[in-house]
Amino acid sequence: MTKENLESIFSKYPGNKKDGLLPILQEIQDQQGYLTDELLAEVGKYLNLPSNKVYGVATFYDQFRFHSQGQYHIRICNGTACHLIGSSTYLAELEKQLKVKAGSTSKDRKFSIEISNCMGACDSAPVIQINDVFYTHVTDSDLDRCIRSIKEKTE
Amino acid sequence: MQFDVEINNQPVSAKRGETIKNVLDRIGIHVPTLCYLSGFSPTGGCRMCVVEVDGFSELVPSCSHPVTEWMKIKTHSPRVLKARKVLVELLLAGHPDDCLYCERSGKCGLQDLAAELNVRERKYHGKRQNIQIDKACLSIVRDPAKCVLCGRCIRICDEIIGVSAIDIVGRGSESKIGTTYNKGLNTHTCVKCGQCIMVCPTGALTEKSNIQAVLDALNNPVLFPVIQFSPTVPASIGEDFNIKASKDILNLLRAALKKMGFRQVFDTSMTADLTIMEEAAEFIERFQKHENLPFLTSCCPSWVKYIESTRPQLLSNLSTTASPQQMMGRLIKNYIASSAGQKVENVFVVSVMPCTAKKHEADQDRMNDGITRNVDVVITTRELVSLIRLLGIDFNSLEPEPVDTHYSMRSAAGNLFGISGGHLEGLLRTVYQMMTGQEMSTLKINELRGLKGRKEAKIKIGKATLFVAAVSGLANVKSLVEDIEARRDNFSIIEVMACPNGCINGGGQKLNPDEKSIKSRMKALYDVDEEEMIRVAHKNPVIIDLYEKFLAKPGSDRNKELLHVVRTTREGSCVIHFTGNLCLP
Amino acid sequence: MASVTSNEIKEFLVEKILKNHSNIFDKATQEQLSLIKRTKVSRPVIFVGMGTCALIAGAEKTLKAAEKYLADHQIAGEVIRVGCLGLCSAEPLMDVQLPGKARISFHHATEDKVEDLLNSAFHRTLLQETILGQFKNEAQEEWSKITPIDQLPYFARQQRIILCNSGIISPYLINDYLAHGGYKSLYKTVLNYTSDKVCEIVDQSELRGRGGGGFPTGKKWLITLGTGSDKKYLICNAEESDPGAFMNRAIIEGDPHRVIEGIAIASYAIGANEAYIYIRSDYTQSLVILENAIKQAKEYGFLGNNIFGSGFNLTIYIRQGAGAFVCGEETALIASIEGRRGMPQAKPPYPAEKGLFGHPTIVNNIETLANIPAILENGPAWFKTIGTKESRGTKLFSIAGKSLNTGFIEIPMGVTISEIVNTIAGGVKDGKELKAVHIGGPSGVSVPKQNLDTAIGYETLQEIECFIGLGGLIILDEDTCMVNLTRYFMEFLQKESCGKCIPCREGTRRMLQILEEVTRRPKEESTHETLERFKGVVELENLAAVIRDTSLCGLGKNAPNPVISSLKWFRDEFEEHIFDRKCKAGVCHDLRTFIIDAESCNGCNICQKKCPENAIIGTIKLPHFIIASKCTGCGICFDSCKFNAIYFK
Ligand SMILES: Cc1cc2nc3c(=O)[nH]c(=O)nc-3n(C[C@H](O)[C@H](O)[C@H](O)COP(=O)(O)O)c2cc1C
Ligand code: SF4
Ligand code: SF4
Ligand code: SF4
Ligand code: SF4
Ligand code: SF4
Ligand code: SF4
Ligand code: SF4
Ligand code: SF4
Ligand code: FES
Ligand code: FES
Ligand code: FES
Ligand code: FES
Repeated sequence: MTKENLESIFSKYPGNKKDGLLPILQEIQDQQGYLTDELLAEVGKYLNLPSNKVYGVATFYDQFRFHSQGQYHIRICNGTACHLIGSSTYLAELEKQLKVKAGSTSKDRKFSIEISNCMGACDSAPVIQINDVFYTHVTDSDLDRCIRSIKEKTE
Repeated sequence: MQFDVEINNQPVSAKRGETIKNVLDRIGIHVPTLCYLSGFSPTGGCRMCVVEVDGFSELVPSCSHPVTEWMKIKTHSPRVLKARKVLVELLLAGHPDDCLYCERSGKCGLQDLAAELNVRERKYHGKRQNIQIDKACLSIVRDPAKCVLCGRCIRICDEIIGVSAIDIVGRGSESKIGTTYNKGLNTHTCVKCGQCIMVCPTGALTEKSNIQAVLDALNNPVLFPVIQFSPTVPASIGEDFNIKASKDILNLLRAALKKMGFRQVFDTSMTADLTIMEEAAEFIERFQKHENLPFLTSCCPSWVKYIESTRPQLLSNLSTTASPQQMMGRLIKNYIASSAGQKVENVFVVSVMPCTAKKHEADQDRMNDGITRNVDVVITTRELVSLIRLLGIDFNSLEPEPVDTHYSMRSAAGNLFGISGGHLEGLLRTVYQMMTGQEMSTLKINELRGLKGRKEAKIKIGKATLFVAAVSGLANVKSLVEDIEARRDNFSIIEVMACPNGCINGGGQKLNPDEKSIKSRMKALYDVDEEEMIRVAHKNPVIIDLYEKFLAKPGSDRNKELLHVVRTTREGSCVIHFTGNLCLP
Repeated sequence: MASVTSNEIKEFLVEKILKNHSNIFDKATQEQLSLIKRTKVSRPVIFVGMGTCALIAGAEKTLKAAEKYLADHQIAGEVIRVGCLGLCSAEPLMDVQLPGKARISFHHATEDKVEDLLNSAFHRTLLQETILGQFKNEAQEEWSKITPIDQLPYFARQQRIILCNSGIISPYLINDYLAHGGYKSLYKTVLNYTSDKVCEIVDQSELRGRGGGGFPTGKKWLITLGTGSDKKYLICNAEESDPGAFMNRAIIEGDPHRVIEGIAIASYAIGANEAYIYIRSDYTQSLVILENAIKQAKEYGFLGNNIFGSGFNLTIYIRQGAGAFVCGEETALIASIEGRRGMPQAKPPYPAEKGLFGHPTIVNNIETLANIPAILENGPAWFKTIGTKESRGTKLFSIAGKSLNTGFIEIPMGVTISEIVNTIAGGVKDGKELKAVHIGGPSGVSVPKQNLDTAIGYETLQEIECFIGLGGLIILDEDTCMVNLTRYFMEFLQKESCGKCIPCREGTRRMLQILEEVTRRPKEESTHETLERFKGVVELENLAAVIRDTSLCGLGKNAPNPVISSLKWFRDEFEEHIFDRKCKAGVCHDLRTFIIDAESCNGCNICQKKCPENAIIGTIKLPHFIIASKCTGCGICFDSCKFNAIYFK
């Protein structure tokens, strides 16, 4: 993220007011994909907050990431509706097959898994999102196919 | 507005705006607390203080809930007692069972709660938290596994010290007290003041212990162990041994230190006088040249660290005079070497300070002479008390020990360094004399005394009027720095001490001091000022002697090499090492 | 219409409709209005539902296909994005309105079907099974043999006040809302009523907060109005952090201007000039719609300075939540807007007295606010005719889980749970038995079959120890394991606990641990452990009481609800898990017992090789056998048997 980008985000929240903190972090993450130590410090400088405070706030919220996403970012819904139809077994399967824990990114940066509390499509449960594509009414074999295909594509 | 409430079936009168706890405190009913911090607005976080109130379906936290008319309150009903007990049991579920090895054992809030609520078995078995101990800092050790997340340390660091070096990181049961990216405390804005330790109910925050190092030195036949103590130590150590602070305690303290095996005992007040001499000259030079004003004192290492890492724009205003602890270390080593025929590297200087930041200052070693450090080991007042107990010294039956070295001669001015405003008062006495050639008519400056966080005074010195301020509680410098930068007030000298009310309430002192003990420590030091024969630094005979035999004129270039240090910015890590080779002749 | 400029439409809508005190118009006005409302069209119009779940079901592609159809067949028509009707299980929905004909709605109109469906409409050869229904429209000719939408079982029992425009108008066009009578209440309010009067009207309507607490809205407003502070804030709570609920989102996606109008009236009532909408960040679609709507409202002068010349100013800011359930709680929400960790604060002081940036602040749920325009329009007496004596008005629910129909609905208070499940939701899917209905999200309650006749309402539900909550309703069939579901909710709550207070932070963790022990199989099973598990369950009740009694905010106070209710109604399932170590529903994987069916086993020996516990014995080519005491229930053998010879119970 360039200095200009950062400045332009800051300029939307003039007056160094603390209530700009979350929106600023959200915009940075939108652009950069995740938050780094240096960016947190810059935000802190702009809002007159010690970086520890910024970090404390950022780690409170599930939305913020501190490492980059994988080439394939998988969001799996574990809302009530999806859970009832077995999303937790799917999650376990994904973790096992892709060798990456939910909430993190694999060492080779190929895969990352994120758990969502509800993707708002409970009707189509269980729902899995891989990058921009949604998979609904996912079955065991759907999942197998997805895993195989993204594994192949990253070989 | 007054009204009646009913507490445990007794009518009690209460005022609008009071919390339930306020009323309970007044009538002497104790409810356990954990997150409550007197002087701060309550957060109602820990729920330990809950009471039962008629008409409320749930229990009510007494520390945060206001009393209202006709409340019927039960403070120790079975329902309340059960709830409190379960809360403690829950806290203990994942707590390391380390009491036997824990620095806090015996002084631990959690232990006290468990005892008070009669917790006698491990009711819930949680996984023991496996969090790394943060030992990166030279002053403070954090053991997050013992933390109960009461948040008190954070509030002190935010609101009193104002550096927000720590915060809760993560959420819910995953949360811990931490720093950015969970790096060690050394990489942060932390100024090592240790005020967080003072309010921590558990062993999660402690000073970096040097007790073993002291014992090793005492038992090492090659070394020549000597010790210096800060003037605040005699002002407060009596509290641990039920002795009122008075002149006698100074001699008892000397006796104890001698008994422990220190070959000579020094009073840091003497170099506080030396600090005054150098600072006075440094100030007058700047004042006459209209340069780098206001002049900022530099005896408090936390304040120095704060400027160096957070406000580098003020570096040139900071005095370069070394702190009394460092000067004393330097002098002692050379003095012993010459007077007792010891090799410099065998002289082992321990200092007892009310302060955790002094550990960091000594380790940082900016006046390194290339052979030894000025001060080898710093222990806090608390550690000294532990050592006295460990070595089986019965403080109460000691024979007072008189001064054993002329390096312990002090003036009342140096002695005042322990109190916010005291350093300034002492400094002004000498500045006055140096600028006018005369002594001040009244030495006491009332405006600079008292418990306020920012005290100001206007002092007429000859034709000039100096506008001076003393600030304590580092958070209070925020508005001051703004004033300086906006050039609102034309300050000449500003004294800053990181701890509220100064070193008497330092982060190495007895835990959980109340206002009464702070006042009594203050009084002890001001009493010395009343009683002492020599009340100004420039009349201290040792100081006069030193300048005659050893040093050049105060503020001279030569002294700058010997008694002053380099101020530098530091980002990131707080440790800086200087390898000068400035040796005394 | 082509000859009319957008400015003229705007002027017409504002001058002739908005500022008209009655809803009676002359013929010409009527005529033009129905053109704008598209109840009468001069050329074909295709409407595609574009709610989030429709998008996930492929509505974007449906829309493209419809546009392509028009282009390919050179039909001069338009395609409009509308919000969502609420019948998610029928998405994507595509409506067609032909000149002179009533609007019809196709269900499951996926991209591949668009061509056929549109052909059938344009050739007037509708196929019954593709049609959801038709919209009533007196002025236009009805399609024969097509059920009116409002007579479908899913809609018949509903009373749509907040949702009256949802799925019908475009959420992207302010004119659509104006044409349907929008912003009239705001106009009337700011010009005719004092703040006190508005609070009074809302108080008289007996509207209660829809965010879960059920606090009388008018009373709350009066507190803030009474503080006399010159700086106040209004916050619209659209966090909807309850997983499995989405009716708040649907309001925005269906009719965003209703929310803005409600916010504006509420702000006027309490004397606030700044309002915030706090919305969950996952709701990207809603966010776009809201931002657009606010922009339009500003352009029309319904927001900003001196609204309708009344001297009333209002700015609305949007703040996105950042993924913390607890930020639905009002004080945590305020902390979050202020840029702090979203930890709740002890009350009192209540936000109504001391809230955002220290000023009096009203936090209202978005559904509460969406009720306001209608109340101001029709008066409190009208509102009180809807619903029951204690619970006035309607309530939105989202229906998810194992029912035939899923989606969101608006019903008058007083409808029974059973009507919702059996009539509206169409009963349980796939011919399964109903087990329970879970109401109120993760800290809600699973209502067992015997209580289904309870009417929806604050007091009535309380009688069965249940709460309306935000409005999430999940239908559970016989395959649901209540122990597992309880554990799931506890896991959610413990993960979402903010960590500020001990009972919630540590207590939920211990409750979860106990529930995990019940659903997990230890390596060695002894009577001692059974006893421990049993004691654990007793301890659950103990802990629940203390957590409820001492937690700081609603999250902790209500966290024990699912545990307590499940223990009460489904105790047998707990005992089965504890003593028999069985999960009848087969959900708790660890408790499955695997058995080899000797008939089907051909002795291929694969399972024996794969079993990590060496629990399978057998000789090649002869039926194998699982030693129950060694088996840990991992299921590896089950997965590896190519002959389906292994089953579990
Ligand atoms: C843990 C927790 C989560 C909540 N989540 C929401 C929510 O998502 N949306 C909401 O409107 N209210 C939520 N509430 C209730 C709010 O605190 C608040 O009572 C409500 O927004 C007030 O609006 P009302 O008076 O219109 O109901 C939640 C409360 C708690 C304790
Ligand atoms: S912090 Fe307290 S309870 Fe914990 S181990 Fe230390 S003394 Fe024991
Ligand atoms: S108090 Fe208990 S644990 Fe401690 S030493 Fe005595 S017997 Fe041992
Ligand atoms: S030592 Fe002082 S600055 Fe450092 S964390 Fe503790 S209170 Fe804050
Ligand atoms: S470190 Fe100590 S003071 Fe800080 S939260 Fe933990 S227990 Fe409380
Ligand atoms: S005020 Fe005194 S005790 Fe506190 S940090 Fe400064 S020097 Fe140390
Ligand atoms: S009850 Fe839970 S969510 Fe609420 S303040 Fe306490 S810890 Fe936080
Ligand atoms: S379930 Fe697992 S442990 Fe049991 S027999 Fe099959 S493979 Fe072996
Ligand atoms: S894998 Fe199936 S068929 Fe083969 S031995 Fe095992 S149970 Fe029999
Ligand atoms: S529960 Fe999975 S989308 Fe809502
Ligand atoms: S002491 Fe009252 S809640 Fe912690
Ligand atoms: S590392 Fe703590 S003092 Fe520098
Ligand atoms: S039908 Fe659109 S959101 Fe469900």
